[in-house]
Amino acid sequence: MSPAGIERREFLKLTMGAGGGLLIGLYLPNGKRALAASAAAVFAPNAFVRIAADETVTVVVNHSEMGQGVFTSLPMLLADELDADWKKVKFEPAPVDPVYNHPIYGVQMTGGSTSTWSSFDQFRRAGAVARAVLVEAAAQEWKVEPEKCRTSNGFVIGPGNHIRRSYGALVAKASLLTPPAQVALKDPKDFQLIGKSLNRLDTPEKTNGTAVFGLDVNLPGMLTAVVARAPVFGAKLKTFDATKASATPGVRKVAAVPSGVAVIADGFWAAKRGRDALKLEWDEGAMADFSSQRQREQYAALAKQAGLVARNDGDAAAALAGAGKKLEAVYQVPYLSHAMMEPLNCVVDLSSDHCEIWTGTQFQTGDKMAAVEISGLKPEQVKIHTTLLGGGFGRRANPAADFVGEAVHVAKAAGVPVKVVWTREDDMRGGYYRPAYYHALAGCVDGKGAPLAWSHHIVGQSIMEGTPFAMMIKNGIDDTSVEGAADLSYAIPNINVQYHPTKIPVPVLWWRSVGHSHTAFVKESFFDELCAAGGKDPYQTRRALLGTSPRERGVLDIVAEKGHWGKPLPRGRGRGIAVHASFGSFAAQVAEVSVDENGKVRVHRVVCAVDCGRYVNPGIIEAQMESGVVFGITAALYDELTLEQGRVEQSNFHDYPMLRMNETPEIEVHVVRSDEKPGGIGEPGVPCAAPAVTNAIFAATGKRVRKLPIRMSEAV
Amino acid sequence: MISFRVNGKAVNLEVDPSMPLLWALRENLQLTGTKFGCGMAQCGACTVHIDGQAVRSCVAPVSRAAGREVTTIEGISPDLSHPLQRAWIELDVPQCGYCQSGQIMSAAVLLREKPNPTDEDIDQAMSGNICRCGTYLRIRRAIHRAAELAAQGGER
Repeated sequence: MSPAGIERREFLKLTMGAGGGLLIGLYLPNGKRALAASAAAVFAPNAFVRIAADETVTVVVNHSEMGQGVFTSLPMLLADELDADWKKVKFEPAPVDPVYNHPIYGVQMTGGSTSTWSSFDQFRRAGAVARAVLVEAAAQEWKVEPEKCRTSNGFVIGPGNHIRRSYGALVAKASLLTPPAQVALKDPKDFQLIGKSLNRLDTPEKTNGTAVFGLDVNLPGMLTAVVARAPVFGAKLKTFDATKASATPGVRKVAAVPSGVAVIADGFWAAKRGRDALKLEWDEGAMADFSSQRQREQYAALAKQAGLVARNDGDAAAALAGAGKKLEAVYQVPYLSHAMMEPLNCVVDLSSDHCEIWTGTQFQTGDKMAAVEISGLKPEQVKIHTTLLGGGFGRRANPAADFVGEAVHVAKAAGVPVKVVWTREDDMRGGYYRPAYYHALAGCVDGKGAPLAWSHHIVGQSIMEGTPFAMMIKNGIDDTSVEGAADLSYAIPNINVQYHPTKIPVPVLWWRSVGHSHTAFVKESFFDELCAAGGKDPYQTRRALLGTSPRERGVLDIVAEKGHWGKPLPRGRGRGIAVHASFGSFAAQVAEVSVDENGKVRVHRVVCAVDCGRYVNPGIIEAQMESGVVFGITAALYDELTLEQGRVEQSNFHDYPMLRMNETPEIEVHVVRSDEKPGGIGEPGVPCAAPAVTNAIFAATGKRVRKLPIRMSEAV
Repeated sequence: MISFRVNGKAVNLEVDPSMPLLWALRENLQLTGTKFGCGMAQCGACTVHIDGQAVRSCVAPVSRAAGREVTTIEGISPDLSHPLQRAWIELDVPQCGYCQSGQIMSAAVLLREKPNPTDEDIDQAMSGNICRCGTYLRIRRAIHRAAELAAQGGER
């Protein structure tokens, strides 16, 4: 989701009672410092770090690891200020506690490409506090001034470099001291780890099968469940016949739950076979005749009406009315599934006085609230263990807590620990999609060919509507629907952006890069159309109109140079360029594309530049940009979810394909060295991928792609 | 009763012979390094070896393993010493990591058959394995690197 700063923070404090948003805490309540602090041979100066007598430094990470590298980048922040020996640093996922709340959102969650920048000073301070106590312990032992001591690579070193003590050797003494309230942080020029491409700490366990994802959790006596869910969103179960399902070998119980019927069995296969044998009757409700075609027609009609004004500069209507040549275009994007490699799942151990949950979640606070409500237990009786996430992309940050809440219901029925497993089909048809959007644009250029007016109507569902985040909708406008469009940074004198929220009972959610996942495609494509209408170069025109956004212009210049903009290409190939600001970072891409005689699009090369301000680990940033490019191209080339008679038509990777190795372009990433405030990195690689590719298709073929996924037969 | 060997150890299972091998490995034998991704041989996350051949265990019935040797990610080295594991670590291949067991198991067969593969060989052998995090370029580089490491005398 997009960072919305103060408003979101204050809202969350109000509605969730989670607090702690403004003051960044380092300490657990009741004077407890760390999680395993009872062991005598451990120094735990705050909730984020433990140092053991064997020199191990364990960093407790409050953001979920879903591939973006937080189990490495956040420990780097802490270890740098601690002057720890990096080889001794380990990570551990945090439990759920207000001290681990997101410093901006005020709840425990991972999303919005915020983990590193929001934790930047918090983790540094946690490390600096630990370092100060270790120095104090050594200084007392040596009877010298602490100021005369220094630290390096896991040691406190005394005056004159004659004496030194390892951190592990100081654990017992340090544990008796009170951590200081104030500590000084390093001057960035003294960073030892921050800014270096250190190897990820979580790689070894991900190459030998020992990494534990939610699906890998196993409890004694645990059963496995699958749930037969409604075939149409909003359908209600009328009756079901479990005779055959119950008789399936291995099935222990069949029970109705609010989301459908749970089949609880010894293992996945028995549960699934039991589910296949269920007879279900649904009242399909209002969505039973819903189709994507009809949705498009409704959206097209809406786009012609007046919407909610998200941006208004000058007088776009007047400029367009007076224009000799007016350009109009309709752009469309479909519902999309997150399609994480690990399908949704959740393990729950529920009894009369406790509820313990193991799952890969991005939103611990929301999931815990749901579990408290459904179980009827007290918050302190509900415990969530965050496992590794086999991909998240927003799907595991659901304010509706769908996969966790449902699993608590199933656990109630099971009476024993239970793992609820979603098949790929369940996951893909289970809702919470990137919304489908319809964009109607109009624009014109002046007598010299420069863009003069820009009118943009966006029709589609609000993600926030109907969730606890709805309080952040201002004047009917959900920022996640218009971000990347309303904040258009090109200097065009007349700009009008309007939003038409729609109410459709298909559940929607943030999908990697959220609003930017469609607005960047539309904005950067239509801008290209205006360049062509004015007879202008797409790079130079962008550059000329980005005077007030120097960091966008900076990355644009890099990709133009490294992408050989303007240089000859082999026959049949075209180059496209796109630039976009999102999540506090700035990214640009140049793509090289060819289209064969059958309309098959091949992306050969992508040059990508990102300015995310001060960076922690450029190696991880490169990996995230590569990842974003592949994610964006996958959606652009292949993916859409369509509905017919209320049913999602796609179900698995055969009809919702993923880009594969043999289709992956060469990707070159340039990370800008910067002292600016850190920005996000998990999502900004996605937005430019689609428009860079479609603009390249235009360059190669003269055909404009206005609808995703790309079908050359629909290009104009 | 279905009997076979897994990572060198004999196992005997009382299970539905039509159950996919994946669930026998994950649930009956607690070898959870092999992953469930699609259930229809589309993604490769469940790749294991049966008698040295790469098999999508989500669609292979457990009966197919009877009397044979099954190797899973847990069995390719006891100590991260396999050239593919060393290369994966050196080049920081995984992101979320969920697909990587299957990637490594597919790559292991390729390297055995073609100790010095070209990009085209790698693309062909690996195109059945999906990575949603998009680590493909690093996987390709790491396979080349593993080939080098193996040629330098590492075990394979």
